[in-house]
Amino acid sequence: MTTAELDTPRELGQVYSTADKAFRRTTAGIGMTVLALTGAIGLFLGYQAIPTLRRYGLSFFTENQWLPQRDVVGLSSVLLGTVEVALVALVVGFPLALMTALYISEYAPRRLKSWFVGLIDLMAAVPSIIYGLWGFFFLQPQTIHVSRWLAQHFGWIPVFHVDTDPNAATWAQTKFTASAFIAGLAVSMMVIPLACAVMRSVFAQAPLGEREAALALGATRWGMIRTVVIPFGQGGIIGGTMLALGRALGETVAVLLIISPAFDIKVNILQVGTETTSALIAGLFGEASKAQLSALLTAGFVLFVLTLAVNTVAAVFVNRSRSGAATEI
Amino acid sequence: MSTIDFLEDSLAHSAPESSAVGVDAVAVSAWFGSNKVLERVNLSMPPRTVTALIGPSGCGKSTFLRILNRMHESVPAAKMAGEVRLNGQDIYAPSVRITHMRKRIGMVFQKPNPFPAMSIAENVTAGLKLTGTKVSRSERSDIIEGCLRRGGLWNEVKDRLDEPGQALSGGQQQRLCIARSLAVNPDVLLMDEPCSALDPTSTRRIEETIAELAPDVTIVIVTHNMQQAARVSQQCAFFLAEQGSPGGIVEAGTTKQLFEDPHDSRTADYVNGRFG
Repeated sequence: MTTAELDTPRELGQVYSTADKAFRRTTAGIGMTVLALTGAIGLFLGYQAIPTLRRYGLSFFTENQWLPQRDVVGLSSVLLGTVEVALVALVVGFPLALMTALYISEYAPRRLKSWFVGLIDLMAAVPSIIYGLWGFFFLQPQTIHVSRWLAQHFGWIPVFHVDTDPNAATWAQTKFTASAFIAGLAVSMMVIPLACAVMRSVFAQAPLGEREAALALGATRWGMIRTVVIPFGQGGIIGGTMLALGRALGETVAVLLIISPAFDIKVNILQVGTETTSALIAGLFGEASKAQLSALLTAGFVLFVLTLAVNTVAAVFVNRSRSGAATEI
Repeated sequence: MSTIDFLEDSLAHSAPESSAVGVDAVAVSAWFGSNKVLERVNLSMPPRTVTALIGPSGCGKSTFLRILNRMHESVPAAKMAGEVRLNGQDIYAPSVRITHMRKRIGMVFQKPNPFPAMSIAENVTAGLKLTGTKVSRSERSDIIEGCLRRGGLWNEVKDRLDEPGQALSGGQQQRLCIARSLAVNPDVLLMDEPCSALDPTSTRRIEETIAELAPDVTIVIVTHNMQQAARVSQQCAFFLAEQGSPGGIVEAGTTKQLFEDPHDSRTADYVNGRFG
């Protein structure tokens, strides 16, 4: 019986040329290397974390003090601080990034567009130590007045509460410095260009046909943006924001420069002192003993898992959306 | 009547009984950058008439159509000269609000472009929302049914108004787009090769829709299909761009005259399929 007579699905194959085969294998190999490296980092950190996790168990996540000399080590206050700084960065950075992206893609005059894009990209190119210095020497002396104002008017909300009288004539300025809020502001400057670039590239791909349809119905430009550009760009908005969150969670140097370490469980972001995971590692790494090193690597492992999770969630959101195919994340 | 009055007097939603609004293009020229694509085109598109713009590719007929509702200027480096008069008022006058003007001059595009995030019903009423026109719930469902009926789509979608507009076939999507542009109650409807992406059956449905709309709405349609022009239009304008020179109207008149007794030999060649 020939294949033509068999009414079953056929095995379909084809012959690849040698060059094609070689190219496939090379690219596949390189791709695998990248995956393997990421996996290796995770494995290494995970392996290093085993002794610490075995020793402290669940208390590693519930204990808030970090006193290896007294054999008390825990991440709860540090993780809280990490999340607080990242959230401040997002709350401040998200609207700025979204508005900037909309302005550049929809409103900016054509001639200025590439200038703005270049400037935003330049923001991303500034080393984070510069943002740290800027945050410490410039932003902080200005921001404590904003912090005080917030504490004066919204102090009844726990987040904005500060353990001092903000209305006092000689108010305790140092109570308002080195806070999660100020660190978050500096970090927001670093995540804005990242989020903005993703959002902008997605907005620019909103289909011309739908844009024209909205305009031809008599829509204002803002109406068109609301009906066409933003729904289309949803994936990019979420993806860019999550990407920014991932970056904010891991930001180290700028935070290290601004905050003064404190290991209390507290939500008052305006008050002096906080600690983030990456700043903890960077701050203590140099003088750590072997056991302390293992604890720090465990903290690193937790941070790794956290950022991986955030980025994975971002990727899922973006891939499900219509604009996702074109969004690089 | 002042310009603003004339632009704002059409907020009612019942089908216009006596809308007698024609469009007159006076000495319209167009450029893309320094490249002139239209040369002083004069054309009167009378009310309650279907005017077909025909001609080979690149003759400027789509550009001309897009000048009639100021979509042309959204293209970078696009420029125009001349006047387009809606009921005698120049739509390019500085006092005209472009959003009001576009509400009165609707447009249907070559490629069906329903809003993908919206249901069929939401697509129909999208224009009301976009122009900030408030309607009650009962009015809204009347408008949805009325416009879908006028667009010739009601019977096919009446049981699934909440499904996404993109779930429809290409021809249905195009009729949805027609219904969508009717919801803001335009006086003029511009159609840019509305059937070129559609199969013959869908094309016939849209041509029927055009015939049903003609008594209420002034229609201007660009088409590459000569038979279609002959079938749907009462008036016809033949555009041509000679090698290296901008496009313009060679001949305009009643469709019957243009097809049966063209005055210009180039028109005769084109309508008889000898070129283009």
